[in-house]
Amino acid sequence: MTATLRIVGVAALGLLVWQAVVTLAALPRFILPGPSLVFSTLWSSRALIAEHAAVTAIEVLVGLGLGAVLGFLSAILLAASPVARSFLRPMLVFSQAVPVFALAPILTLWLGYGLWSKVAMALLIIYFPVTSAFFDALMRTPQGWLELARVKNATPGRLLWRIRVPAALPGFGSGLRLAAVYAPIGAIIGEWVGASRGLGYLMLLANGRAKIDLMFAALIVLAVLTLLLHAAVDALCRRLWDA
Amino acid sequence: MNAAPALHLSGRATIGGAPIFGPLSLTARAGKWTCLLGPSGVGKSTLLRLLGGLGDEVVFEGKVAADDGAPLDGRVAMMAQGDLLMPWLDAISNVTLGARLRGQPPQHDRARAVLERVGLAGHLAKRPHALSGGQRQRVALARTLVEDRPVVLLDEPFSALDARSRALMQDLAAELLAGRTVLHVTHDAAEAARLGHDVLLMTRRGITSIPPPQAPAPRRFDAPETLAFQARLLRLLMEAE
Repeated sequence: MTATLRIVGVAALGLLVWQAVVTLAALPRFILPGPSLVFSTLWSSRALIAEHAAVTAIEVLVGLGLGAVLGFLSAILLAASPVARSFLRPMLVFSQAVPVFALAPILTLWLGYGLWSKVAMALLIIYFPVTSAFFDALMRTPQGWLELARVKNATPGRLLWRIRVPAALPGFGSGLRLAAVYAPIGAIIGEWVGASRGLGYLMLLANGRAKIDLMFAALIVLAVLTLLLHAAVDALCRRLWDA
Repeated sequence: MNAAPALHLSGRATIGGAPIFGPLSLTARAGKWTCLLGPSGVGKSTLLRLLGGLGDEVVFEGKVAADDGAPLDGRVAMMAQGDLLMPWLDAISNVTLGARLRGQPPQHDRARAVLERVGLAGHLAKRPHALSGGQRQRVALARTLVEDRPVVLLDEPFSALDARSRALMQDLAAELLAGRTVLHVTHDAAEAARLGHDVLLMTRRGITSIPPPQAPAPRRFDAPETLAFQARLLRLLMEAE
C-alpha cells in the first residue's frame, strides 16, 4: 500500500514538474506539450490509440509466448547435452553481439510488413534473457539434491525432468519477467522500421506531423501496457513457483 | 531387505593434491550402528561420501568394499544434515521420489506406511514449507527407509534440530534402522554415546575404536555410564588437537 502511494506520489510530482517547465518556459506545443494537453489528446484519440495498441499488444504477446517456449526448450537442450552446449553457447552469445536494431530492416524484407516481422523482432530480443536465465538456473541445481538423486540411482533424463527443471523454474520466471519488459521494445522497433499499424507506427506518424501530444499519448499507453504485462507475468510466476 | 553387509574402507584421500585423510582403515560391522566421531575438517564426510559412491572431486587410493563381495551401488541410502526435500513436492511424493527417479512405479501404500511409522500420518499432503524442521527431517528419514536398503549412511542428520527433536529423532532412527549397517558421522559426543554399537574416533592420526557402555543402544541420555562415556569422548576429542 505504501509502495503504491509512493509510486503515485512520484508520478504526480513528475507531472507537476513537467507542466511547470512547459508553462514557465512557454514552450510551443510542437516542441513539448504539457501533460494536460497530452491527456486530453489521449482521451479524444482513444479509439485511434486503442486500435493501434491492440495490434502492438498481439505482436508482443505472440512474441513473448514463442520466445518463452523457444527459450525454455533451448535452455533444456543446453543443460542436457554437453555437445549442444559446446556448439550453441558461443552462438548464443554471438547472437547478442549483433545489434538487433540492425536486423529489423532485413526481417521486414523477409517476413513482410505485417505481424510476423514484429513477432520475430520481439522474439530475438527476449530469446537470450529467457534462455540464459533458465539455463543458468538449470546448471545451479543444489549439490545435495544431485547427490541424493545419484545415491537413489536416478537416470539422467529423470534427474533433469524431476529435479533440475522444477528447481530451475524460478530462474525461468526471472527470465520471463525481463522478457515482459523487453518484448514491447522489440515490437516497437519492428513497427518503426516498417509497419502500417501499431503504437510504434502511430508514434512515428505523429512525430512526423508534429503532433507531439499524440506521440506522448501513444508513448504513455505503451508504457502502461508494458507495466501491466510485467505485473501479469510477475503474478503468474509467483503463483506458479514461489508459493 | 537383503542381509546387511559389513563395510570396509582403507586408504588415503586427497583433493587437488591436498591431503584429506589417511592412510587409515575403517570397519562398520554388519547390521550394527557405528558412529564416526571426530573434529571438523578431519575428512569424516568425505569418507562417508566415498562409501556412498559420491565424491568425484576426491582422489582416493585404497579400497572400499562390502564384506559379501557384492558392489555397494544400489544398496546404500543416505541422509544428510539438510533434509534435501523438494519444496515443490508434498511429503508422500518426496518419499516416493527415488522410485520416480529410477522410472519405477511409486509405491504409495508403502510410502504411507513408512510416513505413519515416523509419526507423520496427518501430514502426507503437506509440502516441506508447511512442516517444522523436526517433521521435515522425519520425512527425510521416511525417504531413507522406504527403499529398504541394507546400508544407511548418516551425515550429521540431526545436528540442525533443537535438543528435544534431536533426542526424539535419535530414538526413532535407532528403532527404525535396527538391523541395517549404519555408519553415522557426527561431531556430537552425546549422540555417539547414545547411539553407537561401535564408536570410532577419527583424528589426523587415523581411526581408533572406543568401546561404548554395555547398555543396549539407544542408551538413556541421562544414564551415568552414558554421561561418563560422553565425557570420555569429549576429552579424547579435545586431546585430538
